[in-house]
Amino acid sequence: MTTVLEKVRSGREAVGERWHHAPRWVRWVLLAAMIVFFYALPNREFYQYLGPIPTPGANFTQVLFTVSIYVLLAVGLNIVVGFAGLLDLGYFGFFAVGAYTVAVLTSPSSNIKTLWPWLLVVPLAIALTMVSGVMLGTPTLRLRGDYLALVTLGFAEMIRISATSSAFLKGQRGFNQIPHPPGKYADGKPFFGVLDARPYYWLVLTLIILVVIGVRNLTHSRVGRAWISIREDEDAAQLMGVPTFKFKLWAFASGAAIAGLAGALFAGKQNFVNSQNFELLNSIIILAAVIFGGSGNIVGAIVGGGLVAYMIERFRGIELFGVELYEYRFLFFGLVLVVMMIFRPQGLIPNRRRAAEFKDRRKEVIVGE
Amino acid sequence: MLLEIEDVSLLYGRIQALHGISLTVDEGEIVALIGANGAGKSTTMRAISGIRPIASGAIRFNGEDISNLRADLRVRRGLCQAPEGRGIFPGMTVLDNLDMGAYTRRDRAGIAQDLDRVLELFPRLAERRKQPGGTLSGGEQQMLAVGRALMSRPKLLLLDEPSMGLAPMLIQQIFTIITEINQQGTTILLVEQNAQQALARAHRAYVLETGRIVKSGTGAELLHDPSVKEAYLGVA
Repeated sequence: MTTVLEKVRSGREAVGERWHHAPRWVRWVLLAAMIVFFYALPNREFYQYLGPIPTPGANFTQVLFTVSIYVLLAVGLNIVVGFAGLLDLGYFGFFAVGAYTVAVLTSPSSNIKTLWPWLLVVPLAIALTMVSGVMLGTPTLRLRGDYLALVTLGFAEMIRISATSSAFLKGQRGFNQIPHPPGKYADGKPFFGVLDARPYYWLVLTLIILVVIGVRNLTHSRVGRAWISIREDEDAAQLMGVPTFKFKLWAFASGAAIAGLAGALFAGKQNFVNSQNFELLNSIIILAAVIFGGSGNIVGAIVGGGLVAYMIERFRGIELFGVELYEYRFLFFGLVLVVMMIFRPQGLIPNRRRAAEFKDRRKEVIVGE
Repeated sequence: MLLEIEDVSLLYGRIQALHGISLTVDEGEIVALIGANGAGKSTTMRAISGIRPIASGAIRFNGEDISNLRADLRVRRGLCQAPEGRGIFPGMTVLDNLDMGAYTRRDRAGIAQDLDRVLELFPRLAERRKQPGGTLSGGEQQMLAVGRALMSRPKLLLLDEPSMGLAPMLIQQIFTIITEINQQGTTILLVEQNAQQALARAHRAYVLETGRIVKSGTGAELLHDPSVKEAYLGVA
């Protein structure tokens, strides 16, 4: 058992080593190929040759859109949980703030009937989620540990409950006819339509790439070093002159902004938003995705978000002994998580520093035996 | 006077940890603060570095009242603490840890110069520069904490139990280094349970008992004081 595990482990490490030692141009070519692959993925002419990858029970391009939104959310939450080490259990609440900002300001069924175009509201939605992040963070980030987790949990539930019961946010009836993003084909047909999910997926994919570049630059700067030092030892970070509260608030607000962007994209695609879209379970799924992929590593967050969202959808339409597997998707999801936490607690693609920490602990355990 | 603490009290919830402490540190000195477990030594350090807020009294650094200043801003004023025990960043390499020490600085040339100096003071750290801090031995972590604090080029270096948990050989070594750092121009306030070594090295010292200063004097005076001998040096 252990030998097999060791083999898998060393095999994976070898791949990682190879990647890190490959010449720069090889890495760029592979990266470009990967990006091209993901842009081509939603085309039927392409994915029909991919065997079992397309989902049998659901429109594959729709699934890809959902997956891409989860990836964006995982990248955002990874800043908060992975880099700054703040446990946010209500991340989906910011997604809801973004989606509802768009819904209220653009939909004809909204009470205030501003009917603004989608594109104009997106920056506003991002700004508003950031503000809500700062408002939530200012009193709570001075506290440490479990308080933040509880407060964020409460925040997401507050948003969901006010969405369900307030007349202004329309509850289950929701907002309809939310406008799509702008853009037309040469023949005058809208680029972002109702039936074809591909343009939305491409839009989210492009934004993911931009966000990842931004986050990567941030983490390699003084800001990133400050975040990591706070995660590792908050007191020591402060003793080194890091304004810890300010940087925690920054991490929290940037994470919230990304969730707000995702919410705005979601509203623009779905063209309908109601209170059922924002269950607590979603926050938990994204958190699980970040930890599953490897907390503190951007690639890990992308892979985690993608795999988790895809796995859940993949069960749709599969029947085994007359039982619809989709009904039991969270059972499998839970099972996978438990197995992961036993055999690979640092996540699929951990951050290198974290990997070192875990390796160190493993050694300590062996010495202890 | 570089540091002046006047009548400082500090509370942990309803428990009073410090009862009106006053002490001073002059430029160029090594001042030691000795006392038993729970006497309030580390608490005094936390009050000075700003990790714990004080209830009353005043802390002045370089003539400026810093009683209510945030901890990270105190570092920018030139006051840096090497925290007790494992206060390093376990997942960062030795070099990254040292780099974090220079977080408040932007003068690259000066930082590189100080890095060389720290690696010269602690050759063990130079050998392990690429290793994560958490994989170092206790003594090496202690050295890393001191080295990291030096990287901020402090005017006043606060050392919280630098000899804690070290083998006798290493204790000698770390105190030699402390003297060396001081001779290179850094003022040092030192908290120690190892009273023998601390008093031998310090210019002046204070004895702390249950949150009060009960005695003060030069290192040599206290080293030969009968009551100090009995209580802290294990000689009857």
